[in-house]
Amino acid sequence: MASSRRARPLLEVRGLRATAAGQEILTGLDLVVNAGEVHAIMGPNGSGKSTLAMVLAGNPAFTVTGGSVHYLGEDILALAPELRARKGIFLAFQTPMELPGVRNSEFLRASLNSIRVHRGLEEMSFREFGKLLKEKMKIVKMQPGFNSRSVNEGFSGGEKKKNEILQMALLEPRLAILDETDSGLDIDALKLVANGVNNLRNPKSATVIVTHYQRILDYITPDRVHVIMDGRIVRSSDSALAKELEAKGYEWIRDGSSDTPKAVAAGA
Amino acid sequence: MTTSDLLPSSDYKYGFVSQVESDSIPKGLSEEVIRLISAKKGEPEFMLEWRLRAFRHWLNVKDQEPTWQNVQFPPIDYQDIVYYSAPAKAGDGPKGLDEVDPAILEAFDKLGIPLEEQKKLSGIAVDAVFDSVSVATTYKESLDKVGIIFCSFTEAVHNHPDLIKKYLGSVVPYSDNFFATLNSAVFSDGSFAYIPKGVRCPVELMTYFRINSADAGQFERTLIVADEGSYVSYLEGCTAPFRKTNQLHAAVVELIALEGAEIKYSTLQNWFPGTKDGEGGIYNFVTKRGKCAGRASKISWTQVETGSAITWKYPGVILQGDDSVGEFYSVAVVNNHQQADTGTKMIHLGKNTRSTIISKGISAGQGNNTYRGLVKILPNASNSKNYTQCDSLLLTDKCGAHTIPYIEVHNDSSSIEHEASTSKVSDDQLFFCMQRGIPSEDAHRMIINGFCREVFKELPWEFAVEASKLLQVSLENSVG
Repeated sequence: MASSRRARPLLEVRGLRATAAGQEILTGLDLVVNAGEVHAIMGPNGSGKSTLAMVLAGNPAFTVTGGSVHYLGEDILALAPELRARKGIFLAFQTPMELPGVRNSEFLRASLNSIRVHRGLEEMSFREFGKLLKEKMKIVKMQPGFNSRSVNEGFSGGEKKKNEILQMALLEPRLAILDETDSGLDIDALKLVANGVNNLRNPKSATVIVTHYQRILDYITPDRVHVIMDGRIVRSSDSALAKELEAKGYEWIRDGSSDTPKAVAAGA
Repeated sequence: MTTSDLLPSSDYKYGFVSQVESDSIPKGLSEEVIRLISAKKGEPEFMLEWRLRAFRHWLNVKDQEPTWQNVQFPPIDYQDIVYYSAPAKAGDGPKGLDEVDPAILEAFDKLGIPLEEQKKLSGIAVDAVFDSVSVATTYKESLDKVGIIFCSFTEAVHNHPDLIKKYLGSVVPYSDNFFATLNSAVFSDGSFAYIPKGVRCPVELMTYFRINSADAGQFERTLIVADEGSYVSYLEGCTAPFRKTNQLHAAVVELIALEGAEIKYSTLQNWFPGTKDGEGGIYNFVTKRGKCAGRASKISWTQVETGSAITWKYPGVILQGDDSVGEFYSVAVVNNHQQADTGTKMIHLGKNTRSTIISKGISAGQGNNTYRGLVKILPNASNSKNYTQCDSLLLTDKCGAHTIPYIEVHNDSSSIEHEASTSKVSDDQLFFCMQRGIPSEDAHRMIINGFCREVFKELPWEFAVEASKLLQVSLENSVG
């Protein structure tokens, strides 16, 4: 689903380097994602998958030491995390945080309204928001009771992940990054999550799925699959690559990783 | 009335002073002063006798100011305090609003507590106490209709002496503690409420305490009696001007719930906390206690303590009647140099009595916050239960939080549960909120409010909104 030569990529990462606690984790990563695409980023533990997700979202615990990230043509590396969020970048967390005492609905409304105000829209009233939320909750089959509970407090692992997908559905991001959202999910929850992602698929938005396993890719067919190792993308191909990884493991790539990572950019 | 000792304006928006002519007596404490206060109020003999008994007891204990609390302050010179200061026109209590000094009405207007008939708060009857003297009580007529007495303490002494004689000091005797003894000797006014048998009070009752004058100590007494099967929700609010000197506020509150009665007592304490450098502020040394005297009665304290340089108070419940219930919900905030040592006492005497304690301490700046609580279950209080939860939230590296629970159980059919936690707002929580478009400052606010939710939900709705705003103001610029 390569876009036309002239279209500007939704996300363009060039030579990205980043450290956490003084240790280099991303070592020159390139990635180009066009609107309308779904990309899967796969790799063994410790390869830098989650770091990439965090750096794109602007987590201050990580320091960018080189390279560039352009989103819709804009250099976003100097932008505060909340500004990136308001511009349409969404991160579904691998470990969603608990906010004791903060009602889920209150949190979601504050989030939606901050994004609406940024886009020049009016804040949504309690009533309007209530209706919208009810609608979106159907996507992940959440019980209405969830929203009077505190954000993620006492939620099971699966419930937390569903709550992330609910937020994604509500905020309708241009770029959704799912950081191992599939890990620890049973098959039913996995289908709901996949359903949420497929629902969001549209020509203007893109999704990056960061995952260790190809299991979720049985339900979401990615346009591109990338393998990340030692902090950079070492192989990119179509969805067949995921199956191959499943069968052969990551070491197979490492053994023959003479391919140049430059082959990534779809349609370039 | 001087304004020379006023501090420059700060975030505390209630720091103004009203130009009100006051009737004050000279500084110092003596038997003559007690007699003078009593005479000024035209009190009956029994009241003077009671004051004198308290004063004589105080003479015995005057060198025994409590020292066990985890707060620090220079010695208080009890001879350097004015023990009686009243707005000059108040005389012995309000008669009609037209007799109240317009400057006082304006002050209450500014505080958001209009007293005039046309402007009065809907659904809340207010007893307005200005410098320890009740200046006006709203909604009096509609309360009269259902037999509810709600008036200043002074009026109650004159008009309902039997009730005062019966209940005054029945929960907090004048010998209870140093500050309660002092209060019993010199108290100037306060509020009194009596809810007759089976009556559910149709409005919230509220006492709004306003300190205005400079050198006066503030000593009010509140007494609330809920007769069998009655219900009342009572609110208390407090503010004071910002002054360089510390002012002593030593109040006493007594609650009595007879069989099947319920009293819900809510406080928003917003006395001037002092400046960022710890200058000035109120010493809030208060004794509050309720007695569940009858079977299946219930007393619930909810407090949001954001003000005062020092807070020292332990609103407790004596669970005397079988099946009675005591509750304590508290948010205590310290910022800058504020100190708080606060908690509760739950004394289980009756069988199947239950108590719940939820304490939320928030520390910021260099503030020091201590929860101190006593749960005592006596031999006859079989099958009694207590649940205590003490949570502390630390917002800076220089602040402190301490939890000191005392637990005594004297029978083996009762149970006690105690949970405690200390937390910070984590970077991961903040990043999570920011990734959802919510800036750090709003995220802090949301997380802090969430921390207090269990307590705020116990407050009447308007009070809860006010409490949440107060919390924001108290903690402004203290985080992130």
